[in-house]
Amino acid sequence: MHDLVNAAWWPPVWALIKIIIVLIPLLLGVAYLTLAERKVIGYIQIRLGPNRVGFRGMLQPIADALKLLFKEVLIPSTANRFLFLAAPVLAFVPAMLVWAAVPFGPGVAISNMNAGLLYVLAIAGLGVYGIIIAGWASNSKYAFLGAMRAAAQLVAYEIAMGFALVGVLMLAQTLNLSKIVEAQAGGGFWSWYWLPLFPFFLVYFISGVAETNRAPFDVAEGESEIVAGFHVEYSGMGFALFFLAEYANMIFISILTTVLFLGGWYPPFNVAPFTWVPGLIWLLLKTAFLLYVFLWIRATFPRYRYDQIMRLGWKVFIPITIAWIVVVGIALETPLRAILR
Amino acid sequence: MQNALFHWSFAIPEIWVLAMACVVLLVDVFVGERQRDVAYVLSIFTLLAAMALTWSQMGQTGFAFFGQFHLDPFTSIASFFVELLSLLVLSYSRKYLLRRSLYRGEVFVLLLFALLGALILISGANLLILYLGLELLALSQYALVAFQRGNLRATEAGLKYFILGALASALLLYGMSLLYGLTGTLDLHQIAIALVNVGSANYLLMLAVVFLVAGIAFKFGAAPFHMWLPDAYQGAPTPVTLFMSSVPKIAIFALFLRILVDGGYGSIEIWRQLFVALVVVSLVIGNVVAIAQTNLKRMLAYSTVGNMGFLALGIVAGTQNGLASAFFYAVVYAFMATAAFGLIVYLSREGFEAEEISDLRGLVRTRPWAAFLLLIIMFSLAGVPPTIGFYAKLAVFQALIEAHFIWLAVFGVLMAVVGAFYYLRVLKVALFDAPAEDLAYGADDPLAASVLTVNSLALLILGIVPGALVAFCYHALQGVL
Amino acid sequence: MMLTTTILFYVFSAILLVSALLVITARNPVYSALYLVLAFFNAAALFLLLGAEFLGLILILVYVGAVMVLFLFVVMMLDINLERLKEGFLRYLPLGLAIAIVGVLEMVAVFWTAPIGRVPAPGPIPANADNTRALGELLYTHYLYPFEIAAVILLVAIIAAIALTLRRRPDTKSQAVGKQVAVAVRERLRMVDLRGPKP
Repeated sequence: MHDLVNAAWWPPVWALIKIIIVLIPLLLGVAYLTLAERKVIGYIQIRLGPNRVGFRGMLQPIADALKLLFKEVLIPSTANRFLFLAAPVLAFVPAMLVWAAVPFGPGVAISNMNAGLLYVLAIAGLGVYGIIIAGWASNSKYAFLGAMRAAAQLVAYEIAMGFALVGVLMLAQTLNLSKIVEAQAGGGFWSWYWLPLFPFFLVYFISGVAETNRAPFDVAEGESEIVAGFHVEYSGMGFALFFLAEYANMIFISILTTVLFLGGWYPPFNVAPFTWVPGLIWLLLKTAFLLYVFLWIRATFPRYRYDQIMRLGWKVFIPITIAWIVVVGIALETPLRAILR
Repeated sequence: MQNALFHWSFAIPEIWVLAMACVVLLVDVFVGERQRDVAYVLSIFTLLAAMALTWSQMGQTGFAFFGQFHLDPFTSIASFFVELLSLLVLSYSRKYLLRRSLYRGEVFVLLLFALLGALILISGANLLILYLGLELLALSQYALVAFQRGNLRATEAGLKYFILGALASALLLYGMSLLYGLTGTLDLHQIAIALVNVGSANYLLMLAVVFLVAGIAFKFGAAPFHMWLPDAYQGAPTPVTLFMSSVPKIAIFALFLRILVDGGYGSIEIWRQLFVALVVVSLVIGNVVAIAQTNLKRMLAYSTVGNMGFLALGIVAGTQNGLASAFFYAVVYAFMATAAFGLIVYLSREGFEAEEISDLRGLVRTRPWAAFLLLIIMFSLAGVPPTIGFYAKLAVFQALIEAHFIWLAVFGVLMAVVGAFYYLRVLKVALFDAPAEDLAYGADDPLAASVLTVNSLALLILGIVPGALVAFCYHALQGVL
Repeated sequence: MMLTTTILFYVFSAILLVSALLVITARNPVYSALYLVLAFFNAAALFLLLGAEFLGLILILVYVGAVMVLFLFVVMMLDINLERLKEGFLRYLPLGLAIAIVGVLEMVAVFWTAPIGRVPAPGPIPANADNTRALGELLYTHYLYPFEIAAVILLVAIIAAIALTLRRRPDTKSQAVGKQVAVAVRERLRMVDLRGPKP
């Protein structure tokens, strides 16, 4: 065993194993998230949702995947061939890359890096290239409009998102995601950061919804105005990759919100029955709850108009976050510091 | 993080101006269109308080922010002057701005930020700080020049100023980077120490100094780097021209003083020769081309070029006395230019800029008091005794002769005589030509009128009793060498 | 380990240089912008190899994540005539080359004569060095003053850009959210008695 760990080929192989351990459940999660979405929205709208393939529709995602795999990949004749094919990959790869820093337990991550928070923020911002390039390379009016909207929206919300994370940094004093969770240990749900950083919690999660182009911020797709926006020309696997990226990003935003604001793997009460449940289960439960909120929001709110989205980002979220950074900064200079840190 | 090297209290005037600029910006947004006077009065109050703060620091010396901020007599005195000049600019221009829908909070805010840039330049003791201060000053000015967006000439002026200003910054930055490469430090006092070993025969040092002097000359508007000046002066709204012709002159002198005297005095043999060339070209171009101008603002722009030549005479002398006389000249010139452009602002009204020389025809009949003030201003610019302009030129020539640059002094005197011609021509138009029927001056702003009177009479009175001002300015340069 | 780092360094540098070259030679401005993104990305990777994770990630976050997105936004909307842009290329080439050569010579001269060329190699990086914290401490103590001035310059740039471009157009329709929220039932709803006369 000792020789095995010391062998030169072991670290990369071990990294590969870790990646597979994370990505396979992730992709399964994505598949069943699509089913959950259709079911949840169905029940909210007093429908049954898919219930034909397998027991109560349990095999529906598999059927969808097979269908998409066997569809023909169409390339519009005036499209830019190379970029048209590269765009779905550019959307998909960052959505997978961000998982490298996500902690699933104390120090348990593919790479427990020091600047994890910064890494996550940097890589998550790259996904928009897939959308912009898809819109441009399709050489289609609707796709292009979708791309432009996505670009403007991303820039607006990423600033608010970054500022919200600054608040977390001020309290946690570290960029390491695992240590951020550990900084929230203590009593129970009242010692997590959602309480002192409540405005940031809201801004971060809503910006997350906007960042993933989910309803009510899905103007980049906006099927009722610009058909399907940036992916109107895509079919088959290209379309599937965009979908995978979008749902993986949803799960990622949910798990990151849990890590940053909802105490990660800590139970809500630090007493007997709650502490028996393993941390990973708590983490996944909280993530699942936030995912449900994603779906709930989609089923509840109509799509924002484009200018309303811009106003919300620039004129509401950014001022709120700046003001709350000042509040937190002042609070840290008072005796409150002992409670907050 | 209380550190003994911090001494942030030295920078209180800068901090005050910055904080108040932000306050003015916010107040203006919330108070809005109806109550623009709030922003105006607040800006005036900011400047008055800044002057008081600077005055209270008079006599203190030391370094702050880990040696990046230098408080010495020059800092206090030059800061005081730029704050006073900014105050003059604001008090001249209320009506002008009101009439051209330029009476907006952003104008005051940009003005305050430009002043902040000047203050940072004056107190900078580090190449990085000097560059940042210069950019702050310049950026605010670019925006101010182009502020009248609908005006084609203002836009052109703004663009020209911006491009050539960026070029000048690049030159300066190149010089700074070479200096940094040579000495391995950005701190001006360590540069001075390091240059002792380099020696003035080093060709890289020569290259660095050439770039630095070119950049400074650009910003000064000394020929042959003056191409932007007439267009920018003419195209900008006159209050902005007023600002550009006064505050930056002192600030750029500070830039020169910090880089080439505090840091690079070891290279005086190099930059002195460069300044000799600048002096000759500036005096010729400034004084000869000005004769051909019909536009008063353009003429005053060339007059700036010429006056920068006179100022550079003091720099050429390079002695304690020479530098002091150059600073004295910069201060005096700033106040003369303020009065001259202030008069144009005062006379203008809606749709009439009073900027052509012919617009002043027969001023003495219609506005005798304004004509009298014009007389003082032009005499002072020409260097006729007993105005302060005469003493400024005299001081420069004295220092030059002490430093044995006799031929340059003689050349300067000759050019001063040539220059007197075009100033007197303005007077001839104003005093002896018949007034035109269709000319109606604005001249209805009591605040501008009283400030103009004080400003112009000061040129005369200080010319009769120059002792205090001279002592003040010379005290500023005490111990720079 | 050392070998891996060296190989990675050469791979990233090679891609960086090639993509930088392609930025200026690509025929399509959108390609140029995308190559620039690639160049930034590889530069960030080089920073990471040096152990400067903060600089590397900030480069991606700011330049790749925000600046270049805006750049692409503009470039994609422009209809740039490339032939006209390339017209002067050969004419200006000699001058450009001359300036480049002078620049290179000057840099060589500075490195030759100045202490910079003789700066000792940095020692090994301590095991738990946190360069984010180190940078933060330097930036907010030693370099606080220039840092704040730079922030003021950016503020002025924002003010200037808005003041020079913001056009208030009275004829455009926009929502006044405050009014919408403050609206009372009376102003929108009128109760009408619809019971007709009894038959």
